Amino acid sequence: MSEKIFSRNFEVQGANTLPGYRETGGYQALEKARTMEPAAIVDEIKKSNLRGLGGAGFPTGMKWSFIPKDHAGPVYLVINADEGEPGTFKDRYLLERDPHALIEGMIIAARAIKSALGFVYIRGEYVEPWRLFSAAVREAYDAGYLGKGFDIVVHRGAGAYICGEETGLISSLEGKKGWPKVKPPFPAIKGAFGAPTIVNNVETICAVPHIINRGAAWFAGLGSKTQGGTRLYSVSGRVNRPGVYEESCAITLRELIEHAGGVSASGRLKGVVPGGSSAPILAAHEIDVVMDVDGLRNAGTMAGSAGVIVFDETVSIPEALMVVARFYAHESCGQCTPCRESTGWIYKMCHRIVEGKGRKDDLDTILDVAKRGAGTTICAFYDGAIGPYISYIEKYRPEFEALCQS
Amino acid sequence: MPKLTIDGKEIEVPAGTNLIEAARRLGIEIPHYCYHPGLSIAGQCRLCMVDIEKAPRPTIACNTLAADGMVVTTQSDRVKETRRSIMEFHLINHPLDCPVCDQAGECWLQIYYMKHGLYDPRMKDEKVHKPKAVPLGPHVMLDAERCILCSRCVRFCDEITHTGELGIFHRGDHSEIGLFPGSDLENKYSGNVVDICPVGALTDRDFRFQVRVWYLDTTKSVCPGCARGCNIDVHVNRRRPHHAEGRRVARLKPRFNEDVNRWWMCDEGRYGYGFVDDESRITMPLQREAGAARELGWTDAMAAVAEALGRVPADQMAIVASPKLANEDLFALRTLAEARGIRHVGFRVPPRTPGSEDDFLIRADKNPNTRGAELLGLDGNVAGILNAAIARRVRGLIVFEHDLFDSGWAEADVRGALEAVDVLVFVGTNANATSARAHLVLPASAWVERDGTFTNFEGRVQRFRPALGALGEALPAWEIIGRILAATGGETTATRAEHWFRALAGAVPAFAGLTYQNLGDQGATIQQAVPV
Repeated sequence: MSEKIFSRNFEVQGANTLPGYRETGGYQALEKARTMEPAAIVDEIKKSNLRGLGGAGFPTGMKWSFIPKDHAGPVYLVINADEGEPGTFKDRYLLERDPHALIEGMIIAARAIKSALGFVYIRGEYVEPWRLFSAAVREAYDAGYLGKGFDIVVHRGAGAYICGEETGLISSLEGKKGWPKVKPPFPAIKGAFGAPTIVNNVETICAVPHIINRGAAWFAGLGSKTQGGTRLYSVSGRVNRPGVYEESCAITLRELIEHAGGVSASGRLKGVVPGGSSAPILAAHEIDVVMDVDGLRNAGTMAGSAGVIVFDETVSIPEALMVVARFYAHESCGQCTPCRESTGWIYKMCHRIVEGKGRKDDLDTILDVAKRGAGTTICAFYDGAIGPYISYIEKYRPEFEALCQS
Repeated sequence: MPKLTIDGKEIEVPAGTNLIEAARRLGIEIPHYCYHPGLSIAGQCRLCMVDIEKAPRPTIACNTLAADGMVVTTQSDRVKETRRSIMEFHLINHPLDCPVCDQAGECWLQIYYMKHGLYDPRMKDEKVHKPKAVPLGPHVMLDAERCILCSRCVRFCDEITHTGELGIFHRGDHSEIGLFPGSDLENKYSGNVVDICPVGALTDRDFRFQVRVWYLDTTKSVCPGCARGCNIDVHVNRRRPHHAEGRRVARLKPRFNEDVNRWWMCDEGRYGYGFVDDESRITMPLQREAGAARELGWTDAMAAVAEALGRVPADQMAIVASPKLANEDLFALRTLAEARGIRHVGFRVPPRTPGSEDDFLIRADKNPNTRGAELLGLDGNVAGILNAAIARRVRGLIVFEHDLFDSGWAEADVRGALEAVDVLVFVGTNANATSARAHLVLPASAWVERDGTFTNFEGRVQRFRPALGALGEALPAWEIIGRILAATGGETTATRAEHWFRALAGAVPAFAGLTYQNLGDQGATIQQAVPV
């Protein structure tokens, strides 16, 4: 078991209130950060090897440094609390159980990027997290942490997965349809309302107070060589103790599943999706992989949001793919052609296969269509969708073929 | 100015030029749907992919600005394969109802499939169904199944007219174009969305089911609807007249002119050509005596004109010219007036209601050639002419085009003037209340039936060309005026509009140096320094 950072307050009664948070040492990092130059904060985050924990795994300090120096107008800090990736539920815990960690992290981050206004975009279905986080924001205003040079606007989404994509989120925040924006320009140059904007995940920002308090070297040392710290893994599916687990980024998938009580149901592992529904599946023999960004990338999948979904032998992979394909067809925003058209098409083929009306060439068509669309779209949604399309079929093809007519 | 290489050819382009435009300058076409030079970049269709040296994968050309030293390939195998894929995605849910689609023949799905697709279709599942034949407004019909969601129409209404009637509703492959609740697509420029729709999703209710586009002939022209003079193409149906019940002009389309109308035109101009084939067209010279009208040939008509004008001394003659006439007509008229010593010449008749105007294209002056008439010095006092007629100081009147009854003047005054004169000659394209009182009515050909030039409010002289033969016995106004000149003892050697223009350029300093050649397709501006 690794040291608890993100989850240290999860079981502490009252830690989600301001007095409770202060008792655990809350807002001390802010005091320290106020003595630091903005550039020094950015440096500290860079040295900590903190990488974005929302899905893309981009180095946080580097992202912050993209804000144009000497920018005259406003700069915005946007927190992505849309947490829509299937199999991921860790930000919900942070918002509900340690909301002041996010607020403190935001105030520090805002100092680093010279922002006076932050937005927290909370997914619409997260009613309780929104209620609890909003209460914490009010406490922070009353205590004077907010309102003096930095403000937070809490914004509720309306339930679209694409609004978790950073530029889709920005469009939605701006009051428009949640369509991702064509890049360039990137948000750090021209983001929300046309101003330079940093979009960070909830968990990423929650790491910031700890890094400021205890130093970049300490945080970096908790993880792997290229990714500092621990992170929260949402473990679900066929395990005996599903839930949120805080572990080092250097843990292996096998250890993680053991920590979650091992494989349930049949007890025989069939495959694991290691980083939310968009991450390509790992077969049972591929789980001795280190769970950091680079380790999973080298294994042909991705760390993503660390939503670990475990499939035991009784799970039908074609049915699982149909469910995932239905999700992507339903959630594709429809803005750009390859994604709009092929997610629907692929779902129809998957559905037909599960119904027993599949043809053998359907499998090759799905694979070909998925690969042809890869890298052709405005945002990463489609590149995420093809993770399951391709990996499920390539790794479990006989199971699909058994359902297809010859 | 960045210098880059596209398909091995070097080119220098102004900073801020995207790769589609840079390639266009080299004559290289990068296929695209959502990109339109008059609208913001959407990057949605994903068809304009090109390879850029050192880029890991093909990149959209519309959102990539030319940069110094950039090496671009539009024809690599990878790019071709990507285009083929994108074409397949565009077409999987398309209804392929080309046989009943008005866009067929000018559809970019057809064109690009033949150029860049040519794959074997693999889509075997049921296509997504969406609403069809949905009227969006008075002029535009939507077929949502044909739509490729390029969002050009949406951006047009957001960015050009700022009316914002259209949006894209729903998500994924159920996305569709639609009207926001409570709105109709009835802005003054709505027809443009049909032009910019690259497929058959938005069709023109005026043009639908009239004629296949491949039977149309195209002629470069200028819209006569207001003083702007938007450049247009006139599409006429000469080859399948039975397809449109004899309607010859099929549609007007805006023609790009950077200095006048760019890609656009207003609906009033676009749908304002109905008079050309209207029943009110005058097709034969007409003589009216004691209330009875009889048709006659041109020879007899000219004899009648000469006889009538012979009865009125020149100082009792007056001419009401029209700002709808071409420069050539007006110069011929000026020549006639000078030859016969007619001093009462004017053209300005106040409209019954002031024309509407906006800050985009539409001008309050609904005449195409007011500026030309001014430059030719024809801006006399028409109200004074009518008063003189009432006072019987003017006994003969030649009226061009105007219906003086449909004007800002009191009907009684107009009637008084027209009843007082001994000779009333009307020259025009269509009959009206004024022509109904004329002793002689001479049929003029419409602007689409002849050559000529208009001078727009900014002093730009622009050519229009004949798209059709004249209806009946109609002649261009300059020809009619020339014949009157000849019949009344004058002479002219002009046998083409261009001859009159040449004479005009020689005589009126503002037009000095202008020729049909150097006016070209985009027109040229008059000599601003020359005082009028």
